[in-house]
Amino acid sequence: MTDQSATTGADLTAGRVQDAYMEMTRRKRMYGGIMLVIFIALMTSGFMIADDRNAGGFWDGILNIFQFPGEVLREAGEKINLLPALMWKFLPSLIETINIAAAATLLGAMLAIVISLLSTRGLARWPRLIPLFRRLMDIMRAIPEIVIALILIFILGGGPVPAMIAIALHTVGALGKLFSEVNENASLKPVEGLHSTGATWGQRMWLGVIPQVAPNYLSYALLRFEINIRASAILGFVGSGGIGYDLKNAFSWGQGRYDEVAAIFLLLFGAIVFFDQLSSHYRNKMIGEG
Amino acid sequence: MSMLTDAAPQHTQADGLFRRKRIMALSVPVIIVAYFTYIFFAFDVPGLMERARMDNARILIADSYSYKTHVTRDNRVGGITVAIEGENKGTYPEGMTPDWVTPQGEDTVRVALTPGHEVLIEGDRLSYDVPGYGLIEVEVSRREGVALSLPTATPPDWISVSSNRVDITSEAGRVTLTKARTEVMRYHFGWELFWFTLDSPFYGKSIGELAGLALSGDRLVEGKSNLVAMVQDVWTNKMWRHKDVIWAIFETILMAFLGTMGAAIIALPLAFVAARNFSRLAPLRFAVRRVFDFVRGVDALIWTIVLSRAFGPGPLTGSLAILLTDTGTFGKLFSEALENVDHKQIEGVQSTGAKPMQRYRFGVIPQITPVLLSQILYYLESNTRSATIIGAITGGGIGLLLTQAMITQKDWEEVSYYIILIILMVMAMDSLSGWLRRRLIKADDSGH
Repeated sequence: MTDQSATTGADLTAGRVQDAYMEMTRRKRMYGGIMLVIFIALMTSGFMIADDRNAGGFWDGILNIFQFPGEVLREAGEKINLLPALMWKFLPSLIETINIAAAATLLGAMLAIVISLLSTRGLARWPRLIPLFRRLMDIMRAIPEIVIALILIFILGGGPVPAMIAIALHTVGALGKLFSEVNENASLKPVEGLHSTGATWGQRMWLGVIPQVAPNYLSYALLRFEINIRASAILGFVGSGGIGYDLKNAFSWGQGRYDEVAAIFLLLFGAIVFFDQLSSHYRNKMIGEG
Repeated sequence: MSMLTDAAPQHTQADGLFRRKRIMALSVPVIIVAYFTYIFFAFDVPGLMERARMDNARILIADSYSYKTHVTRDNRVGGITVAIEGENKGTYPEGMTPDWVTPQGEDTVRVALTPGHEVLIEGDRLSYDVPGYGLIEVEVSRREGVALSLPTATPPDWISVSSNRVDITSEAGRVTLTKARTEVMRYHFGWELFWFTLDSPFYGKSIGELAGLALSGDRLVEGKSNLVAMVQDVWTNKMWRHKDVIWAIFETILMAFLGTMGAAIIALPLAFVAARNFSRLAPLRFAVRRVFDFVRGVDALIWTIVLSRAFGPGPLTGSLAILLTDTGTFGKLFSEALENVDHKQIEGVQSTGAKPMQRYRFGVIPQITPVLLSQILYYLESNTRSATIIGAITGGGIGLLLTQAMITQKDWEEVSYYIILIILMVMAMDSLSGWLRRRLIKADDSGH
C-alpha cells in the first residue's frame, strides 16, 4: 500500500516534471519561431528598401550581371596578346599599392606595440592612463580609412602618403587591441626579474615582454597586412595612388580600355591570393612553433 | 678534465647562438630603417612636404567649428543681402538681419565685425576703420575697377591688391571687393542653422522658449501643433539635410546587415559541402572551396565595380558586394568550424534514430552556433565600416554624402558632422554586436 502510493507519487512528480519540461520546450520553440519570423521580416523588408533606393532594380540587374564581365572578357580576349605587356605596364602601380600596405602595416604595428603595452594592466607605464589609451584605440579603429585619406588628400594632395597614413592609423587601433589581448597572457616573471635589476620601463618591455609575444604579434601583423593590401587598393580608387587609381581611370574610360581593366583585375586578384597564401603559410608555421 | 672537454663544444655552441641573436637583433631594425628610407623616396615625401597646403588645413579646422556670414552688396544692380555661408539656403529674408548688421537706407549698411572693427558700405564705396592701423577706403567703379586708399604708402601683407580685386583679412573678418560685388564676412563659433533655418518661425529661440512653445496652445504654424511643426522644420532643414543624413546612415547599416546576414545564410549550407567530415565527394568539396577562395580573393572593390554596372549605384549594390565577399570568408570559417565538431554528439543523436537533417539540427548546429554567431557579429560591425567605404565608391549611404561634401571643399562643417556621425555609428554597432555576442552566446551555453 505504502509502496503503491509512493509509485503513484513518483509518477505524479515525473508527470509534472515532464509537463513543465514540455512547456519550457514549447516556449523556447515559440521564442525561436518569433525570432525567426522577425529576422525574416527584417531581411525581406531591408531587401525591399535597398532595392527601392537603388538606381537599378534587383530583378533587372540580375539578368545583366554577366554583361559587364562579358564585355571585359570579350575585349580582353580580342587583345589577349597585349595583356602581358599591359600587366607589365601596371606592375609599378601594383608595387606602390603593396608598398602602401606594407609601410602602413609596419608603421601601424610599431605604434600598436607601444600603445598596447601602455594599455595593458600590469605592464602600463602610467596605469592611470590605461582608459585613455584604450579609448584612443577605439576611436582609431572606428574611423574608416577613407575619412582620414580624403582629408589628407585635401591637405597633402593625391599620392600614396595620405593612404599610408590613413591605413596606418586604422592599423594602430585594430592591432593595438589584439596586441593588448596577447600582452595580457604574457608572464610577468621576466618583467619582475628585470625590474629587480633596475631596468627602465623600455628595457623591461623590450627584453621581458616582446620576446614572449613576438610570434603572436607577427602572426596578427601578417593577417593585417593581407587586409591592408585590399584597403590600399580601395583607397587608390578614391584618389590616392596605386593600382586602384589606374583601375578607376581605365574603368571610367569605358569600352576600348577594358583590356586594361582586365589586366588590372588579374594583377590585383593575383596579388591578393599570393599574399593570402604567403601570410597563411607563415602564420601556420609560427603557430606550429608556438 | 673530462668536464672541460665536454663543456667546450657547448660553449662554442652558446657563443654561436649569441652571435646569431646579436645579428638578428641588429639586422631587424636595420632592415626596417632601410625599408622606410626606400619608402621615403619612393613616395616622394620631400616633394610632398613642398606641395602640402597648410592653408587648406587651416581652413578645414576653422570651418569645422565655426561658420561665416556674408554681407554682400551687388555692385552691378545694387542691393544688399545677408547670407550664412553665402548660400541661397541661408539668406536672411527681407527685413531680418543679425544684430551686428545695421542697414541705413537702400544701399548703405554698417557692419560691426568685433568691437572696434566697423565696416561701412555706402553704395560703391566701402570704408573700414581698422584699430591701430587707420581708415581704409575703397571705391568700386565699373570702368576703372577697384581704387584703394590706405593710411600707409604700401599695403601691409594682410591686404592684397590688384586692379580688379581687393582682399582684406583682419583678425575680425574678411572683406573682398570686386567689380561684381562687395563682400564682408564675419566668423562665428558653432554650427549655425543646425536645428532651424531662417525661414522657420522657431529660428533664434532658446531651448526654454522652444519648450514653452511646444507646450503652449498658440500655434505658430497653421494647422499643426508646435511640436510637430518643430520636428518637421528640423527634419526638412535645407542647410544640414537631417532627413537625408539619417537615411544615409540607415542605408549604410542596411548594407552591412543585408550583406552579412545574406552571406551567412548562403555560406552555411555550402560550408557543409566543403567540410571534410560531412561531404564525401572530394571533387565537389574541392570545387566549393575554390569558389570560396575565388569570391574572397576577387575583393570587395572589384565586386563593387562589377555589380554597380549591373545594378546601378545604391545600397543594393553595396549589400551584394559585401554578400559576395563575405560568402567566401564565412564559407571558409564555417567549414573549418564544422571540421572541428565533436562526433560523439552526432552519434548520440543518431542513436535515437534521427534522420540526417535532425542529426545536423540537433547534433551539429548547437556545437557551432557560438563560433558562427561570434563571427557573424564581428563581421557585422566591421562591415559597417566597409559599407561606408563601398558607399563612397558605388554612391550610397553616408560614404557618398561624405565624399560629396568633401569634393565641394567648402562645407567642412558638414564634413565634420558626417565624420562624427560615422564614428558614432561604428561605435554603436561595435557595442551592439558585443552586447548581442555576450547575450546570445551566454544564453546558448545552457543547451540547444
